[in-house]
Parts: sequence; structure tokens; C-alpha cells
Amino acid sequence: MSGLMIDNISMRFDLPGGGSVQALKNVSLNIKAGELMSVLGPSGCGKTTLLNIVAGFLAPTEGQIRLGENVVHGPGPERGMVFQQGALFEWMNVRDNVSFGPDMKGVSRKQSGPKVDHLLEVVGLQDFKEKAIYELSGGMQQRVALARCLANEPDVILMDEPLGALDALTREKMQSLVLDLWKETGKTIILITHSVEEALLLGERLLVMAPRPGRIHKEYNLPFADLGVGNDLRDVKRHADFSITREEILGMIWEMEEEIMGRTEAAQ
Amino acid sequence: MTGLLLLSIYVAAFFLCFFVSRFAVQKLFTKKDFTSLKTVTFGDESAVQANRAASVLSVVLVFLLWVAFTNSILPLPKATGPFVGEVQFTYTSTGPEGQTDDATVKILVYPEDIQFYKDTAGNPMAIPPKPATDPGDGFAKNDSLVVPRYGSKVINVLGNDEITKRGGAKVTHLNGQAVAFGGSVDISGGSLSLTEKGTPFFVPSPGLRMARLYLPAPELTLSRFLQLNAEGYRNFTLLEHTWASLQRVVLGFLFGTLIGVPLGYAMGLTNWSRGWFDPIVEFMRPVPPLALIPLMIIWFGIGEQSKIILLFLAALWIMAIAARSGVSGVAIAKVHAAYSLGASKSQILRKVIVPNSLPEIFTGARVAMGVCWGTVVAAELVAAEKGLGMMIMVASKFQLTDIVIVGIILIGIIGFLIDVGIRWLERIFVPWKGKI
Ligand SMILES: Nc1ncnc2c1ncn2[C@@H]1O[C@H](COP(=O)(O)OP(=O)(O)O)[C@@H](O)[C@H]1O
Ligand SMILES: [Mg+2]
Repeated sequence: MSGLMIDNISMRFDLPGGGSVQALKNVSLNIKAGELMSVLGPSGCGKTTLLNIVAGFLAPTEGQIRLGENVVHGPGPERGMVFQQGALFEWMNVRDNVSFGPDMKGVSRKQSGPKVDHLLEVVGLQDFKEKAIYELSGGMQQRVALARCLANEPDVILMDEPLGALDALTREKMQSLVLDLWKETGKTIILITHSVEEALLLGERLLVMAPRPGRIHKEYNLPFADLGVGNDLRDVKRHADFSITREEILGMIWEMEEEIMGRTEAAQ
Repeated sequence: MTGLLLLSIYVAAFFLCFFVSRFAVQKLFTKKDFTSLKTVTFGDESAVQANRAASVLSVVLVFLLWVAFTNSILPLPKATGPFVGEVQFTYTSTGPEGQTDDATVKILVYPEDIQFYKDTAGNPMAIPPKPATDPGDGFAKNDSLVVPRYGSKVINVLGNDEITKRGGAKVTHLNGQAVAFGGSVDISGGSLSLTEKGTPFFVPSPGLRMARLYLPAPELTLSRFLQLNAEGYRNFTLLEHTWASLQRVVLGFLFGTLIGVPLGYAMGLTNWSRGWFDPIVEFMRPVPPLALIPLMIIWFGIGEQSKIILLFLAALWIMAIAARSGVSGVAIAKVHAAYSLGASKSQILRKVIVPNSLPEIFTGARVAMGVCWGTVVAAELVAAEKGLGMMIMVASKFQLTDIVIVGIILIGIIGFLIDVGIRWLERIFVPWKGKI
């Protein structure tokens, strides 16, 4: 497996009424294979835009993305996506959703079946294989989305607020699941979240972004993800450094949010 | 007048049944489910369920009104009927020298539908003979007449009397009451008037029921239905007429869907097609298919071809627009997810866009089928050899109202069944609809 290079990315959206939004400016990052990086930042700072560029859904106005030796030009199966919600196919049952990637490659069900079954077991849905998507709870749906992404064996998994629509308890369980899957599969993961706690728990590396223009504000290397694998995340949260780092980052984001508010008020 | 009366009865019955059911029989029909426990229903559309008791009552009421306001033989409550039987009245003619004379007129009002009633041998009964009368004394002569119910009759004073208008006499009294020209008196069984020229004129009381010409009784409509089934109308049985209409609709709809859906997909998927077809679709969309009938007849004649092309055009735009909005309704996350899972463009189309647009396409199909069904009837009204529309049009020219009613009821029922059928297919093919 190979690392992900985000090389001096800038993104400008030209608005229909003239003018433009500088969503990202000179963002450079190097993500090693198997790294789990969480991304935090006030809303509108370009997190989704960055992820969409990495996924290949958007072409940056400047810079390029490289996965190993290959320059990214569009979406591809080596970069899997997990969305916040609504990305599952309602016309297929759970098993068909998870088998979608192998099916598209032309892999026979006979061949992909055991892997799909295993993944469904890992995410705890072995008894729901034949269920329709709309019969599942939000948490179960996100587990299907995770399994579907993993079944396709991507090198990099991109997650845009994957747990954002879940209730607190389900969310905690899912955080453990993400950590376990990360350890088990050794995938490179970029996870966007707006929860500081989640970013701390799940990020081996944590990236704080600042808005207008979207850029990297600060980077942390954190021990909590490794501590959390196979352990109770509540114990991790009781770690002394955890609350210190959390307060520091919260303060940082507060400041940014206030600055945005101030600017908006000044503009009015 | 009768219409207004019917409407008021209907509205009154709506409220009456509502209050009766509310206080008496509500419990019988209320389902015990989650919705029934909602306390706020007024304003919560999802909590409003059709009260099936009301539906049944509503249909029964329409039937009862139909019976009550026609000359049905069913033993159910009836509105006042038209007068039938014998009446007798006198008119007084005043001669040029002031001499007066009375004449008695007997009128037999017979059931209008007498020619449809069979006698015991199964033969139609003849128009009954005039009541016996003798001319009597004086210059004004007694007379007798027969008149059908809902009819009217001028009394032939000019032909009967010895001294008439030409001789300087004029009718001055009806039943002993002085009446001016243009005036009238009510007698039992009808109204008696003098025309502007002074001729007595009898109109038997029509009552509140509608004549067969306007609204045939239910049992007559039913027997007509059976007869149409067995013998047919205009060389084709009812089934053949129905099938002719249905076939046109199905063919037109199928062609419209076969072309319209790919067209809509193309418009939803590529800039060029969107730009190319947009003007045509947006222009044709508001043109009602009925407005195309004359052009279709000019171009393709009055045969099957022109009708199927008309229905094809009626369905085409609706299906194209439905498919287009089905494509634009795909959540972009699904498309992105599919690309990230390695799907090719054609796989995206088959596995994501087509299934995702099915709900819209089914909605479009329901609209298109409704429009096609309405259009085929209209097209057949204009020109056709067979079909339900043709049947009711031709029947109306011969004032065969019962055939018209049979046709209308069939058209309604079939249109409803088509819709039910599409909804049924929708539940099978789009089980997730409304659940996400
Ligand atoms: N398609 C677009 N057109 C114009 N502006 C956009 C578009 N997508 C995103 N933006 C702008 O780019 C900025 C970053 O957006 P986004 O990446 O969605 O932020 P985040 O995910 O961090 O909340 C925002 O100011 C947003 O308004
Ligand atoms: Mg976002």
C-alpha cells in the first residue's frame, strides 16, 4: 500500500453572479499508508471540498493528489467513500449493497460471498443480510456503508462526518467499530468530523483547518486512537491529556468561529 | 331546479351522516392503530385516513338519489313522480254575440316509457286509445286526447268547435276560471294555459323525477349494459368497444414510455441532450393532447394510427419529464458512492439511476395513463369506428342516454382500475417509496 500526497491544493469556486469563493488555499499534506487522520474545523472551512478533491469528484484549481505513484484524476475504487447518510441503495438489500463493489468488478458472488459474509459479521449485521435498507436504523445503515466500502478493498477510506447523523450512544459504539476496523484492516483513513471528541478519539493524526481561505491551521499527533483500539473509549476520555487537548482545540475553534461571526457582523 | 334540489339533499346528507356516524356508529369503523391514538388530527394530514363508512355511505347515497329522482321500479323512497292517468277539464268559449258554451276535454297521460314495457306476451304495448267521449251540445265540442308523461298537448279547439277564432269566438275560461291569453291555471295533474293566440294547452305535471331521456333509471341502465354485452352496439359488443379503447391507450402509453423514458434520461444525463430537447419538451408539455386531435386527423386520418400517435404524444412528454426529474432526484452521494466503488457509467445508469428514478417514473406513468385514457375517449368522440368514446358519442346523437351512462360508468371504472394497477406495480417495484 502506498501513501497519499496532497500537494499544494487550492480550490476556487467561481460564483454564478461573478466573484468567487476561495475554499482551499495551498493545502499540502502527506498521509502515510495505514494512518488514521481526523480533520476538524469550523463549518465552511473546506473539509468536504478537500475530501471531494481527494476522492476525485472535484478537480482542484491548483495542485494535485497522488496515491503512491498515481496522480488522481477522478473517482476510483482504490479510494472508498463513506458518507454521512443517504448513500446506500434502497433498491438493494443489505447483502447486495455490500457486494456492490465486487459485483461491479465482475467478481462472482461465489467468490465475493465469504468476504462479504465476514464483513457483515464484523459490523454485526450477519442476521440482517436479506433486510431492506429502509428497515434498518441509522446506526445499522452506517455499518452497512462501512462494510460496503471495505468489501471493495480500497487503499484509502474517506469519511465525511460518517457518524454525524447518529445519536450519542450509537455514535460511541460506531467509534469503537471504526477503530477496530482500522486496526484489523490497516487502511489509510481520512475522517472528517465536527466533534472535537471524536477527532481526538479516532485521529492518530488530527488536522485543524481554518476558514477563509480554507487552510491547515494546526496538526497534532495523538496517542488516543492506539489506546482506544480494543478498549473502552470512556477510559480513553478520562486520560489527563485528553481533556487538555480537547480544551485547547475547542478554544481554537471557538476563536475561529467568533472571528467569522465578527467578520459577518462587520460586513453588515 | 331538480339539480339544485339534488345538490342540497346531497350536502344535507353529508352533514347528517357525519353527525349520525359520529355519535352512533363511529366505533364500528374506527381502526385501532397508532394513528387512531393521535389526538391532533385536524391539521396533521398523515393522521387523516379516509373514513370507509363515509365512502360506502357516499356511494349508497348517490345510488339512492339516482333511484329517487328517476322512474325506477325499485322499491325505494321516491321523489314525486310525473302525473300519469286521466284528467278532465272544461274550457268555455265565448262566441261573437256573447253566447258561451262549455266543452269537456278528457286527457289520458300515459307512461312515457310505455313502448319499453312489455305486455305479458312480451310484446311492446301500443299507445293507449283515447278515452271515449261524445261531442255534446252547443258550439264547443267535447274532446279527448292522449299525451305521454313529460309531454304536452295543444287542445284542437280550431278543429273541433263549430264557432272558432275564425268565427269570432274565443276561449275565455278554463275550468270556470276567467283566463287571459298567455295566462294559466293549475289543475290536478298538470297545468292548463292559454297560448298567446288563445289556444288551450295542457302540460301534465312532471314531478321531480327526471325523464328517461335525461337520466334513465338504474335498472334500465343495467339492462342496457347486459344488452350491450350480449348484442353490442354499432357492430361491436361492449367488450370490443372497451378493448378497442384500452388497446389504443396501452399501445400509445407503451410507445410513449419506450421513447419518453430514454429521452428523459438523456436530458438528465448530458448537457447536449438537455439543451437539444429542452425547447421541444417545454413547448409540448403545456399543449393539451386534445388540441392535437385535429392535426392528427389531418396528418394520419381517422384510423387507429392517428389515435395511437396522439396517445403516444400525450404520454411522451409526461414520461420524459418524469424520467428527467427521476435522474435529477438521485442523491449525489449515491452516484459518488457508486463511482468510488468502481462502477462504470453504464453500471451507474443501470444500477443507480434507473432504480432511483423508478418512483418518479411510476408517478409519471399514473399521470400519463390518466391523460391517455381521457384523451382516447375524446379522440373517439371526434371520429372512430369503435371504442367507448365513439359509443357514447353516437348514442348521444340518438338520445340513448342509458348507453351514454353505461359508457361513462365504464370509463370511470376502467380509469380507476388502471390507476390501482399501476399503484400495485409500484408497491412491488418500488417498495422503498416513502420510507426514506
Ligand atoms: N459547489 C460550490 N460552489 C460554490 N461554493 C462552494 C461549493 N462547494 C463548497 N463551496 C464553498 O466552499 C466553502 C467550503 O465548503 P465545504 O468544503 O463544504 O465546507 P465544510 O465541509 O468544511 O463545512 C464554503 O464556503 C462553501 O460555501
Ligand atoms: Mg462538510
